[in-house]
Amino acid sequence: MKTNLIAGGLLMAVISLLSACGGGADNANAGPPGAAGSPPGAAAPGKSEAGLFTAADITLGDIDQGMVEKGRSTYDVKCQACHSTGPNRVVGPGWKGITERRQPEWIMNMILNIDAMLESDPEAQKALEECLVRMPNQGLSKEEGREVLEFMRTL
Amino acid sequence: MTAALLGAAGVAFLAINTMPGCKPNTTKTMVTGDAASKVYVKPGTHDEFYNFVSGGFSGQLAVYGLPSGRLFREIPVFSVDPESGYGYSEETKGMLMTSYGFIPWDDSHHPELSQSNGVPDGKWCFINGNNTPRIALVDLGTFRTKSIIEIPNSAGNHSSPFTTGNSEYVVAGTRFSVPMGDDASRDVSIKTYKENFKGNVSFIHPDPESGRMSIAFQIATPGVNFDLSHAGKGPSEGWFFFSCYNTEQAYSLLEVNASQRDKDFIMAVNWKLAEQLAKDGKGKRVPGKHYSNWWNEETHSAETTVYEDVLQLDPKDHPGLLYFMPCPKSPHGCDVDPTGKYIVGSGKLAALIPVFSFEKIQQAIAANDVEGDFGGIPVLKYESVLHGEVKKPGLGPLHTEFDANGNAYTSFFVSSEIVKWNVEKLEVVDRVPTYYSIGHLCVPGGDSKQPWGKYVIAYNKITKDRYLPTGPELTQSAQLYSIEGDKMELLLDFPTTGEPHYAQAIPAELVKPREVKFFKIEENKHPFVAKGEKETRVERRGKEVHVWMTTIRSHFAPDNIEGVKLGDEVYFHVTNLEQDWDVPHGFAIKGAANAELLIMPGETQTLKWIPTRVGVWPMYCTDFCSALHQEMQGYVRVSPANSNVPLEAYTLSVDAEL
Repeated sequence: MKTNLIAGGLLMAVISLLSACGGGADNANAGPPGAAGSPPGAAAPGKSEAGLFTAADITLGDIDQGMVEKGRSTYDVKCQACHSTGPNRVVGPGWKGITERRQPEWIMNMILNIDAMLESDPEAQKALEECLVRMPNQGLSKEEGREVLEFMRTL
Repeated sequence: MTAALLGAAGVAFLAINTMPGCKPNTTKTMVTGDAASKVYVKPGTHDEFYNFVSGGFSGQLAVYGLPSGRLFREIPVFSVDPESGYGYSEETKGMLMTSYGFIPWDDSHHPELSQSNGVPDGKWCFINGNNTPRIALVDLGTFRTKSIIEIPNSAGNHSSPFTTGNSEYVVAGTRFSVPMGDDASRDVSIKTYKENFKGNVSFIHPDPESGRMSIAFQIATPGVNFDLSHAGKGPSEGWFFFSCYNTEQAYSLLEVNASQRDKDFIMAVNWKLAEQLAKDGKGKRVPGKHYSNWWNEETHSAETTVYEDVLQLDPKDHPGLLYFMPCPKSPHGCDVDPTGKYIVGSGKLAALIPVFSFEKIQQAIAANDVEGDFGGIPVLKYESVLHGEVKKPGLGPLHTEFDANGNAYTSFFVSSEIVKWNVEKLEVVDRVPTYYSIGHLCVPGGDSKQPWGKYVIAYNKITKDRYLPTGPELTQSAQLYSIEGDKMELLLDFPTTGEPHYAQAIPAELVKPREVKFFKIEENKHPFVAKGEKETRVERRGKEVHVWMTTIRSHFAPDNIEGVKLGDEVYFHVTNLEQDWDVPHGFAIKGAANAELLIMPGETQTLKWIPTRVGVWPMYCTDFCSALHQEMQGYVRVSPANSNVPLEAYTLSVDAEL
């Protein structure tokens, strides 16, 4: 580790460009529909470029209190050190009102698929420019990620 | 390498260099044009082999890549390591505990990879501690020391830790014979060596699941110096072979007095029989206090078991357990070829290499073809057990490794070369100089049933002019040779840490899939873990102040502590909340008299700190963790012993009113 984190970021960017130039499946210039260029607050449909999840994968019903409590427990161990439940940023953004600002599939992808998101999702890249710390992969299962999302909905 | 040998070697070395006819080839004539391409590993790509190299008097185990010779890790084993906190953190101190107390250093000589069916399996790497006799087991999932066992009734654990074909046992032997037993039996004049000094060899069993080690049995032997050893395999499976010198039983000026006899011995041990005798209750418990330390990956802490005695087998009561085979002139290496049919002894003062035949050994035992006994142990007739001798191979043979094509590679210290010879035909087929004065050598898988071959690596004893000079103390060094063609070819010099003795190499593909990338925070059972910042706190227990602390990029929680008083002992229990590969955090506090902590993701480690002055003390993260690493810091306020400042720990919330 040491200084390589920053270098790693640069390397990542170079790799992305190269794969785009090399005619890889990802086309960095095209951008995901509704993501690049859309204001963060806009209710942009569609999915993240690197996403494991699309809007169709996630159904939000009435708040499930059982899931909220499980999500809160996971938050306490794996998220709280960097994310406040208030409006302000610690390392990453505060979560108050987060589900009104971000699409649920985008949140799920950030939790579970951060490296791919930072590689190709413009909104994720913008967040990194602001926070300057790569969000760690905290090793959550899909189920745990979904429970954290449920917890976020209560904030 | 003994001092005696080095002394002799220095002279021989100079002699070689001043005698024009004997001068080795120069580097220019040695290295061919395409050598560079054969060791070039493109940036971002991986080496083909891991090379585990002993650190010698560093006490550690170094990990290199082959063919590049790049150093990846120096794994702390027998010596403290302030860089990682090994031996300094409260949890790791127990790994270095012995019946003599906390021992912060040792001299590590021989890495030996664990085996399945006679082939290295990439699970563990054993290594011996010479000075305070111990064996360590390094887990190749974490590249950390998993367990260390102390060897009682031993002095100088050199012939160790060689393994049986399924790592049922690794062995230890006394380099120094010593008086054993109770205090009165041990307090004897050194001049009574012949009457009172005894040797023994130990068989240590590592639990196949946990890696925790225990001594299965020790076998008492006459007083000699055991030097090296190897297990039989194939037809010789169930036997173990130890070289020994000083059959003169000298106790002073061994350089001369232990070099009198024309032949010393290789000792053959029927370990299958010993195992059965131990199982049948034929041994007796004798005094032998020793510690067995084991790293618990769930509590991230060392656990120690103390034994007061050890099971001993006396060969006088059990004929057929031990045999001596005469071996010329103070044998050092004792190596068994891949077929298990031949045992190669390397008399370090001999001008030939004797090769023993396991089949002939069995015939001689059956026919009672003995020339006498030594300390009550039958001595088989040299000619009866000999496959043959390699004549005039070089000067000062030390160690032999093998390829899969029937060839042996023997290191020659005095004539500074590697000699390749055919095991069946006993004929030298190639030789190549080393720079300078090779000790051990290594062929990947070269002491196993199935050598991978491809390279031989020389671990040299003398460096002289090979690298940029660094004052009186020079780097240690190794050299990589290709053995793929008929002629050995020098490809690369690479510097090494400590003094490299033995080394082993294994295809990286057998190790890489085992890698642990981080410790799961859910599975952390450390008694002072903080699973999230909610669980961080501070608590006074008399004069002890315990801090439950967490790290994540890039802050500590708590990062402010007040109410510590002079006379307190502060324990920082730091849990790294990260759950990703390659994100350790460091922890250091001003005036700490021990070291830093380097805490892996999901792990908890504890630093003890005793403040010595009133004031506000800084603490910070030492491992550059993020762009805001330099912000990862905090304060501890220390007040006078009689102060009334309440104990509190806090991290201000970003959402609080400031």
